[in-house]
Amino acid sequence: MTHDALLSAQGIDKSFFGVKVLDGVDFSLRGGEIHALLGENGAGKSTLVKILTGAYRRDAGAMWLDGQEVEPRSVAEAQALGIGTVYQEVNLLDNLTVAENLYLGRQPRRMGMIDRRRMRGDAATLLARYGVGADPDETLAHYPVAVRQIIAIARAVDLSGKVLFLDEPTASLDAREVQALFTVLRQLRAQGLGIVIITHFLDQVYQIADRVTVLRNGRMVGSRAIAELPRRDLVAMMLGRELAEATAHRGSGATQPDTPAAFLFEGYGKRGSIAPFDLDIRPGEVVGIAGLLGSGRTETARLMFGIDRPDSGQAAVDGQPVTLHSPQDAIGHGFGMCPEERKTDGIVGDLSVRQNIVLALQASRGWARPIPRREADALAERYIKALDIRPPDPNRPIKFLSGGNQQKAILARWLATDPRLLILDEPTRGIDIGAHAEIINLIEKLREDGMALVVISSEIEELVAFSTRVIVLSDRHHVRELRGAEITAEAIVEAMAVPGDAA
Amino acid sequence: MIRARYLPFVATVLIFVVAYALCALQFPNMLSFRVLGNLLTDNAFLGIAAVGMTFVILSGGIDLSMGSVIAFTSVFVAVLVRAGVHPALAFALALAVSTSFGALMGLTIHALKMPAFVVTLAGMFLARGAAFLISTDSVPISHDFLKQLKGIYIQLPDKGKLSFLAILMLLAFAVGVILAHRTRFGANVYALGGSEQSAELMGVPLRKTMIQLYAFSGFMAGLAGLAYTLYTSAGYSLATVGVELDAIAAVVVGGTLLTGGSGLVLGTLFGVLIQGLIQTYIVFDGTLSSWWTKIVIGMLLFAFIVLQRLILLVSERRAAIRASSGG
Repeated sequence: MTHDALLSAQGIDKSFFGVKVLDGVDFSLRGGEIHALLGENGAGKSTLVKILTGAYRRDAGAMWLDGQEVEPRSVAEAQALGIGTVYQEVNLLDNLTVAENLYLGRQPRRMGMIDRRRMRGDAATLLARYGVGADPDETLAHYPVAVRQIIAIARAVDLSGKVLFLDEPTASLDAREVQALFTVLRQLRAQGLGIVIITHFLDQVYQIADRVTVLRNGRMVGSRAIAELPRRDLVAMMLGRELAEATAHRGSGATQPDTPAAFLFEGYGKRGSIAPFDLDIRPGEVVGIAGLLGSGRTETARLMFGIDRPDSGQAAVDGQPVTLHSPQDAIGHGFGMCPEERKTDGIVGDLSVRQNIVLALQASRGWARPIPRREADALAERYIKALDIRPPDPNRPIKFLSGGNQQKAILARWLATDPRLLILDEPTRGIDIGAHAEIINLIEKLREDGMALVVISSEIEELVAFSTRVIVLSDRHHVRELRGAEITAEAIVEAMAVPGDAA
Repeated sequence: MIRARYLPFVATVLIFVVAYALCALQFPNMLSFRVLGNLLTDNAFLGIAAVGMTFVILSGGIDLSMGSVIAFTSVFVAVLVRAGVHPALAFALALAVSTSFGALMGLTIHALKMPAFVVTLAGMFLARGAAFLISTDSVPISHDFLKQLKGIYIQLPDKGKLSFLAILMLLAFAVGVILAHRTRFGANVYALGGSEQSAELMGVPLRKTMIQLYAFSGFMAGLAGLAYTLYTSAGYSLATVGVELDAIAAVVVGGTLLTGGSGLVLGTLFGVLIQGLIQTYIVFDGTLSSWWTKIVIGMLLFAFIVLQRLILLVSERRAAIRASSGG
């Protein structure tokens, strides 16, 4: 163990309800470095950070700060030791003034009373060091997220002063704000602070970080100096595939049909979300969308389905320009979408399987024309049989079904509306292998029946298996389109490593 | 340029000044120190209770037990004095009881993670029931000490008086202002009103603050009970039903956000005075039903809720414009 490190941890284990989320993870941070912590969803980054900052207790392992073994039992204890954290959703108080936010709980006092003048003065001095011209007496709600973020950092550093953890600090900032934040981070690095940053944006990692540690499935994959790590190798570390092995078979008939493009998006984009892209989709093809977490996959789907409004470009269906400013517009043009977050955005847990299946059809008809019970029963029965939803009980609340069967019920919901274009965001995440194969078969069958599909997936082999074309995203840009024989796991991973602005 | 967070307070003061001017135009007699003095005296117990309520609402909570605690305190004191206990001792005991009762409610809210609404509703029934248990009759009291207290006043010009009760209320507001803006307790109360979760992450001691907060509110309810006893020279368990709602109305009309986190203690004073002013106007007019007070307060409450919503929307839009023009 390198005890010259500022903060180090060894053999960290953590389980939740018997499921191991961290398995013997080592971590080491030097003073005066910016260290990026990377990994896909569920890799264990947040858990590791929460353990190191005192929010969770570890099951096994040890950690050292300045060579001393430490055991923070709460965020406050970690803070007192010198370990500060700034969370993704900035945890300050919008209703208090800037100065009050900086000094809450440690206000300067004179004769038992808060010395407001000194507090204002101290706040102004502190903010000036970070190059923030905020008025200490103004409420925090007055300032944009970027300024609040820097105020949060100022508070954390002022409180702890040795180690700073930043959980996705740039998620809601634009390019200029990111640069302002990075200037602050470089300044803190020069002061000898150790900074750990969690982010999904690889271009930012290469811009700011000195070293990276990659986690995958709760284990540490490696820790490297960023200067010696080509982007392609980093992506491979994160995805964890032996590229040579990944020669998935191509599905049959996955060639592009000759039909004209029915759905066309031109220069479609939204600032801060996804760069403008062109995309055409034909009936009878599956367009796969690949990219790392945070590359803009879900954002693309949300934009196409009208959940977010585009600020550039236009959409056309069958050659006619259309506006897609709400999911209702999109449904009206024959779109359907199964969202990524099944539990929060997809199912209505307390309603029965039947009610969940008829939901979208009912919504498209309007509340004034309820679907007759007999028709609903028939629909539910048909799809339960067709998709083999188990148990085949239309009256059971859907929350008691397994993830795979919930997913099939949501698919049934959209199939009941007879869509022409179906967008699936991570349709196979978190479901068992059997259901996985069934969903893939279903996708192929729908394609053969002439439906147009857009499928977002983190499973590269899966995309290779069923896609007619694959669009690869990186840093919120559509960087590459692969067709036919070009679609291989290697080519997809290769394209994922292309920096977004290089496309 | 007035900061957005002070706008509701400024609106309250403006409404009070304009309303007073209109009253004085119609009834020139209303513009006198005597009327002003009476306005303060007549609303003293409501004002004292409203100071406690302001803190509770600033924290994002509510205290529905106040009216009952006021009635309990007045009966408790009256019965003790009738039994021969010195009023000063009875006062001290009553304040100790009401403060501990508040502290207990604060502890319950924190420990059971229950909404303040539910816990203080239970407290409301409890205190009212306890008051009935002590005595169901109106208990008149008379004691030299009470007469001495009521004899204290500050002479104002043209036969106006700042009575002991008025002084007590103004003192309560002074203490409230200092607590709110010059102590860590006050800062923590505002922090709780912003977001309990963020406040906790920023190191606000939730349990301690919650207990202190409701103890303070209980103390103020007890003090309001004493003021009420002095004012009516009696204790009655059926009195002051619904005073907690008048106090809430005074707090909101005074510019405090009902959802917590924003407002000024001084605003509540003007909220109380506006209520008192309407009542005084009705007395001067002589023909209007006293229920007009409720109607006007209802309309003002509604207007303030709309005003605060508008301020919030406008400032959000401004923030959005600032953010987008920056990028």
